[in-house]
Amino acid sequence: MGDLKEELKGKIIEQLNLEDITVAEIADDDPLFGDGLGLDSIDALELIVMLDKDYGIRLSDPKEGRKIFESVEIMAKYIEEHRTK
Amino acid sequence: MTKIYVSHNNIVSCLGLDSETVVNAVRDELSGLGLVEDAALLPVPFYASVLDREKLTVAFHNLNPKKNYTRLERMMILSLDEVVKASKLPLNDRVGLVIATTKGNIDALEGASPFPRERAYLAQLGMVLKDFFGFQNEAIVLSNACVSGILAISVAKRYIRRGVYDHVFVVGGDLVTKFILSGFNSFQALSTMPCKPYDEGRSGINIGEAAASVLVTSSKENLAEQSVEVLGEGTCNDANHISGPSRSGEGLYRSVHSAMQEARIDVKDIDFISAHGTATVFNDEMEAIAFNRLGLGRTPLNSLKGYFGHTLGASGLLETVIGMHSLHQNTLFRSLGYETRGTSQPLNVIHRTTPRELNVFLKTASGFGGCNTSAVFKRVKDWNKERR
Amino acid sequence: MKKPTYHIKSYCHIRENTVSLNGVELFVGNGPNFPVFIKSVYKKFKVDYPKFFKMDNLSKLAFMAAEVLLTKENLGSGVDNNIALVFANRASSLDTDRKHGASIEDDNSYYPSPAVFVYTLPNICLGEISIKHKLFSENSFFIFDGFNAEHLFHYSSSLLDLNKAEEVLCGWVDLDENNYEAFLYLVSKDVGTKYSVKAINSLY
Repeated sequence: MGDLKEELKGKIIEQLNLEDITVAEIADDDPLFGDGLGLDSIDALELIVMLDKDYGIRLSDPKEGRKIFESVEIMAKYIEEHRTK
Repeated sequence: MTKIYVSHNNIVSCLGLDSETVVNAVRDELSGLGLVEDAALLPVPFYASVLDREKLTVAFHNLNPKKNYTRLERMMILSLDEVVKASKLPLNDRVGLVIATTKGNIDALEGASPFPRERAYLAQLGMVLKDFFGFQNEAIVLSNACVSGILAISVAKRYIRRGVYDHVFVVGGDLVTKFILSGFNSFQALSTMPCKPYDEGRSGINIGEAAASVLVTSSKENLAEQSVEVLGEGTCNDANHISGPSRSGEGLYRSVHSAMQEARIDVKDIDFISAHGTATVFNDEMEAIAFNRLGLGRTPLNSLKGYFGHTLGASGLLETVIGMHSLHQNTLFRSLGYETRGTSQPLNVIHRTTPRELNVFLKTASGFGGCNTSAVFKRVKDWNKERR
Repeated sequence: MKKPTYHIKSYCHIRENTVSLNGVELFVGNGPNFPVFIKSVYKKFKVDYPKFFKMDNLSKLAFMAAEVLLTKENLGSGVDNNIALVFANRASSLDTDRKHGASIEDDNSYYPSPAVFVYTLPNICLGEISIKHKLFSENSFFIFDGFNAEHLFHYSSSLLDLNKAEEVLCGWVDLDENNYEAFLYLVSKDVGTKYSVKAINSLY
């Protein structure tokens, strides 16, 4: 689980081109959207693609994403439970 | 100041290959949207309005083409050909050509395309059309997302006002492709049902393909009977987000304001709005906010996406042509797919196709990149006298 | 009716690893490719705008050229700067179109990216500039086979003629694989170089 969280942080930085942020700067419970990392609607869609591509999880309802992408902690938990690869 | 008219016109779409046929279908409330199950286009089934290949091939063959043309080129040539012929204008150096498209021959990038990949360059599309008809001036290709079709009329008007041209032919077109479908699907923007603009159950867009053409001219000679005068137009960016519509509808609000100011008309003079209405949750809500800020919440309004889907770079032009016919027939066309209000602010969405005396309509469009374009058109009442 | 005269206030080039303003070289990079070069430009001009890194190459190029030019103009914040954007190029958004195309080519690794797809329209770079500089203004993106001063001249002049804008940021921003070139200039009713097709071509 700890490894997964670190892995996710790295992927978020890379996939979403968060140039000036390092893995160490993202806390497990930092909000990803809004005031936290300041991600926007396109980033949310990009995370949905990442779930599908890297973990074999398909979200059909983008609203579901909002809950899952609250923080790295919640994301990791969801992935652990639902991953197919 | 020189008056500018939009005159001869054509629509090539799944509802027909000329304006009359297409407008009749709209009047009869026929939708061109259908279920497509083609994994080569999209892994899941989707609704779209797609042109019948056979019909297009037969109609295009009648023009005796000497070379090979892509599907989009055939649609655009077929559409423009009717308008060029109806105009009876010699294509001299006072005649311009504006092409509106978002993606042009983007299917030329696909491995299976029989055309070279260079065909995807939009200037090539311009040259193909220029050469087919023998225009003397280089084509002006406009690629400004989903406002391209209506903005192209602005561009034509501005060129005429500037004194560069007397007449400008405008053609807009885009295709239903794997490229476009995969992209909008990744945006979770495609509806799995026929789209429902402004309805509470709306869940996204359908893509459509079409080409539309008009003549924009400063001459009153030989005007088409559906001709309208361009009273005003304007474009404005939201300066907010590259894909998400502005929450306050700022850009749309300002673009309508700019068009109305130039037109010197009041909201009460607008008989109906031919709006963008893509049927995404956020776009339609944004429009409702902007129209209410403008005092246009009670003005009859339609979106034609329920008939054609979203035809991207063609949509603004296609919908303007339908609007012209709407004025000419004194008929408000139903906004197909709408049942129950689904926006926080009220809109007077046209429930059923209704006869009504009409003079002026407002056309709007909004697109990715935060762009919004509006134009106000007024029917040329005594076109018979004006044409003299 | 006599046509009013307009003026070019300032202009900027980004090409061949070099950024220049009004003909004066401001920065020479030595990047092996465009992404590295444009990042060095971003650092050099101390922009501090994290969204820059999310942009595609065409938007980065257009954004930095506008940045260099408009920073010099000291746009007041909180006021409406009615500066229209009129851009043109040859390759449209093909650089990014190819990327999106590659992501959907193989059915076994079909993962279209929304963050890529959104940039498959050339006018997105106009949106990026509008957002950064809070420009609620006329926007249009044109495609030609080559630099077309005549078009830029007439279209930008028409916006000023019709009072659709106070000033126009105008020019050519093209990016196609390893080739890139940006030339932007600001036209206004103020003093400067007299605006004409000839003037545009000589500055280009």
